[in-house]
Amino acid sequence: MTYQINGIEFSETPQAGQCLRTFLRQLGHFGVKKGCDAGDCGACTVLIDGEPVHSCLIPAFRADDHAITTIEGLAPAGGAHPMQQAFLDAQAFQCGFCTAGMILTCASLNQAQRQDLGSALKGNICRCTGYRAIEDALQGKTNVEQAEAGTAFGRSLPAPAGPQVVRGSERYTFDVAMEGTLHLKMLRSPHPHARIIAIDKRAALAVPGVQTVLTHEDAPQRLFSTARHEKQWMDPDDTRVLDPVVRFIGQKVAAVIAETEAAAEEGCRRLKVDYEILPAVVDPLQAIAPGAPVIHTDKTAEHRVSNAPRNIVAETHGEFGDVARALASAAVTYQGTFTTQRVQHAALETHGGLAWVDASGILNVRSSTQVPFLTRRALADIFDLAPDKVRVFCERVGGGFGGKQEMFVEDILALAALKTGRPVKFELTREEQFISTSTRHPMQVTVKAGADKDGRLTALQLDVLSNTGAYGNHAGPVLFHAVGECISVYNCPNKKVDAVAAYTNTVPSGAFRGYGLPQTIFAVEAAIDELARQLGIDPFDMRRRNVVKPGDPMLAPPGSEYHDVHYGSYGLDQCLDLVERAMAEPGPKLELSPDWLTGDGIALTMIDTVPPAGHFADCTIALRGDGGFELTVGTAEFGNGTATVHRQIAATALATTVDRINLRQSDTANGGHDTGAYGSAGTFVAGRATMAAAENLARDLIALGAQIAGADPASCALKDEAVICGRQILSFAELARSARGNGRTLSASGSSEGSPRSVAFNVQGFRIALNKATGEIRILRSVHAADAGKVANPMQCRGQVEGGVAQSLGATLYEEMVIDDGGRVTNPKFRDYHLPSFADIPRTEVYFADTTDSIGPMGAKSMSESPYNPVAAALGNAIANATGIRFTSVPFKPDRLWPALHEKFGLKG
Amino acid sequence: MDLNTITEVAHPQSREQLPLWTAGDAWLAGGTYLFSEPQAHLARLIDLTDLKWPALTVGETALTIAATCTVAQLDGLIGPPDWIASPLVNQCCRAFLASFKIWKTATVGGNICMSLPAGPMISLTAALDGVCTIWKADGSEQTIDVANFVTGNQCNVLAPGDLLRQIDIPLAALKRRSAFRQISLTPVGRSAALLIGSLHGGGGFALTVTGSTKRPIKLSFAGIPRADELRDMLQQHIPDALYHDDIHGKPIWRKHMTLRLAEEIRAELRGPRSEIQGPRSELQGPARP
Repeated sequence: MTYQINGIEFSETPQAGQCLRTFLRQLGHFGVKKGCDAGDCGACTVLIDGEPVHSCLIPAFRADDHAITTIEGLAPAGGAHPMQQAFLDAQAFQCGFCTAGMILTCASLNQAQRQDLGSALKGNICRCTGYRAIEDALQGKTNVEQAEAGTAFGRSLPAPAGPQVVRGSERYTFDVAMEGTLHLKMLRSPHPHARIIAIDKRAALAVPGVQTVLTHEDAPQRLFSTARHEKQWMDPDDTRVLDPVVRFIGQKVAAVIAETEAAAEEGCRRLKVDYEILPAVVDPLQAIAPGAPVIHTDKTAEHRVSNAPRNIVAETHGEFGDVARALASAAVTYQGTFTTQRVQHAALETHGGLAWVDASGILNVRSSTQVPFLTRRALADIFDLAPDKVRVFCERVGGGFGGKQEMFVEDILALAALKTGRPVKFELTREEQFISTSTRHPMQVTVKAGADKDGRLTALQLDVLSNTGAYGNHAGPVLFHAVGECISVYNCPNKKVDAVAAYTNTVPSGAFRGYGLPQTIFAVEAAIDELARQLGIDPFDMRRRNVVKPGDPMLAPPGSEYHDVHYGSYGLDQCLDLVERAMAEPGPKLELSPDWLTGDGIALTMIDTVPPAGHFADCTIALRGDGGFELTVGTAEFGNGTATVHRQIAATALATTVDRINLRQSDTANGGHDTGAYGSAGTFVAGRATMAAAENLARDLIALGAQIAGADPASCALKDEAVICGRQILSFAELARSARGNGRTLSASGSSEGSPRSVAFNVQGFRIALNKATGEIRILRSVHAADAGKVANPMQCRGQVEGGVAQSLGATLYEEMVIDDGGRVTNPKFRDYHLPSFADIPRTEVYFADTTDSIGPMGAKSMSESPYNPVAAALGNAIANATGIRFTSVPFKPDRLWPALHEKFGLKG
Repeated sequence: MDLNTITEVAHPQSREQLPLWTAGDAWLAGGTYLFSEPQAHLARLIDLTDLKWPALTVGETALTIAATCTVAQLDGLIGPPDWIASPLVNQCCRAFLASFKIWKTATVGGNICMSLPAGPMISLTAALDGVCTIWKADGSEQTIDVANFVTGNQCNVLAPGDLLRQIDIPLAALKRRSAFRQISLTPVGRSAALLIGSLHGGGGFALTVTGSTKRPIKLSFAGIPRADELRDMLQQHIPDALYHDDIHGKPIWRKHMTLRLAEEIRAELRGPRSEIQGPRSELQGPARP
């Protein structure tokens, strides 16, 4: 067969059932991405004879004799198609995994489609941006700025990888071809709880191409947690690479490793597994009841499981003051129980990676991870290898959202590479992503609150039941975070917390953007509104009367053992003012039928800028011979934008421009340590390390310049890529030459320990219309104010806010993983798990408080997770304001809202 | 996605060349469903492309839509001015959960044979009194109304080896006044209820309910019924158990949306033409600053 791809003829014959996407990638066109593999996300869009199609749905043989254009061929080599340039100018991407398909689709739209982007782009999912920047690209807006030497910080500079992202040449996890690579496929448990009696591998091993089958008998018995934290004690040791007991449907049972994916799949189908079915429990309340089936019979406090016989993995209890008495004497009280569903990160790049042992005996793992260094640590532990015999790294990662603060694939990949001695690739399917990785912790939160007649809070109580699924990765830290800042942001003399995380025989929960706070804020912010309503106090004023201010202790029972959180800056007051003012601005006049009710709602969040107990980063920076710099950081880039910010910080400290700084990152082989890109630490922690390194190097440059000039260093300064000593100007290139002449290289390092910590704030406001006859919701206005300190990159930070709001709107309005009574995920595909598309997301007005943080680098604070946190609460408050009905569970789907609306408004039809 | 168990693709060019149907066979039209899910039970695809059925043929009495006609081809059809029902075509195409990029590949026959409650080509062809022609595995032919072709959620009358050849739409159906209503849990999502009403020249009123029900339901009236008559008929013909239940809408809500949209259609077709309203509520899409 003959294929013309990007103008070049290929004479290749695809497999009979092969889809066009894998065929194109096999021929080296890695710009064609696999997001869902089912036609829903559009990441694989290519043009056939100039028309856009989803190449994962096209049988490869059908493209025979047709002209195919992939992103790599959209513009002549070295050039950029106008749409590629538009995406660069608007910076219409974050992780960039969807970008190739998005650009090819946008470039194909006719005028009518451009007028109706909601429909035209419904086949293209972007999980990161919230779509505003994509609309900007289509409208030809330029969002990027330029910056003179030394002025990069605070400017809207573009992401360094942008040109490669829009051309499809940026390498994501699976965008490499290694000679002799084997493919790994997992057989997964069909039972929610069972003991593996025997696995018969014979038929699987007989499949041509199958190299080996790995079962629990081949795996180290060492227990660990897939959760990756700096401190191992944060998570229970309850997981094995392959366990003889399976505790959820989808758990790894055996790995088949073969020359092709097809052979590995066939091998999985031919494995015969004899299971002893064990009793299972999927409901968290039933799981902690006496007599429930015990999920981890063999775990104890030594494994850091709080109460294994009762399926309680972690718990916390505490009280300040006397809540019961305060409630009894309060002027007004409110009690409600709020439930949040199970949602998925849905990063467009699935988990996976490649592993191989190189000629020097080092185990290399290239994976889609937020935590290469902590994964290296785990692999070294599990396989008894010296840390320097393990290398873990990532290039660009296609979205994370917390889901990749885990080790879901690297362990089995390492085992496979060590056993076979060959490179092994493992790429999760979208279904596996749903049934076998992690989700947000579903929580049931009962809030009790009381206030005096002046609206001062007198009592706040939280009762939380968190469902951590079959394994306890992140169970405790998420639970503790969930009951922290949501109440410590309020001054209240009586506070009480009882919180429990339960094991169930379901897919594990894990780290997820917001880390527990969105679930509890949904309850707390509703309670604040309900008290305000009873007292006739405006919701903004109610909060102003009660929120902490600099000097106030930030308290949540039972009290933290860490005392390193400070008001490095405080912008909550400004955030409230900004949202209030924006919401009061007149909006477009709407002609609404009487079926539509409108309402406003707000919610706020506070977040510690770093997770507790230490978060470390080491950075190095070296002067190159040409006067530019080589900056090495450990933190990973997955759309969070830290690659941009690190260059900005270094360029500012070194009086140069960002293009003079080459960034190397997220590779343990580069040395040093980095706890990882989670807890919004990429800027606040790693950025401080970069700043320290750059400032150290700046001092060295000045010292050398002063020495050459014979001047007092105190009289010298950096300016325009040079050291200025009086009238003498010594360029960085000259300094490099001078140093080299003396056999010196100029380099410096910097570290950060993630302590002390500061606090960041966000306030979200919504105006909505709700159809009382159908339950449909339309967002008329979305306003968000963020206190991110001195904003390192306003364009990017705005993108983080918009993306966080959009992702949270998905969880508030649409998304939900449904698990049936037998523990099975019934909707493990995007077609049945509705991710917000262009049509679903309003434009959010974003405002920044004017603050400068005394702790964060150059005054900046973290701002990746927290915009997500107040969204469900604000929307719930808006619905309550519109309807007078307090809805207490998300998602707010029309069919869920309708029964109560019908009951109240009694409409026919 | 790759269908790795497929070892052979047959390319028959005529009915005579259709291979003997065996277990593990699947007809391949557009492939947009087949390639969207694992199909480990399949070994051979029988590609219908080379049969080269003309996508759309306008005859004396009927518009013939080949099963392999793509959604985009149908959407591109420009009928004569008296086909006043033709806006339904685009409305139904837009009701697809899938994007316009899929319309170029997905086929009308494929959508009908999938027999999902939300299949918009079922809604369209059922409302337009479409008649399916089936090439039976035994070599015979069968015709059946689209509304009866689909028997339930992902169920239809096809037996293994049967092939949907075409759908004939009576031209008279295209000349009726029509009204379209659809609702979904999300702004451009999968139809939770899709109703089409039409007025015959003689004053007869027909209502086709899809999306909300497990199979299409057609109701006919001699004239436009009163609101309560329509409501009673719907309640009578659609028992609660017939409302579809899945993640895209709970049955009780689907039922009430069906009743509501039916009444909107009734009101629209009863009123003067100037009162014809858009297909959805007045608030379209999210807010823009």
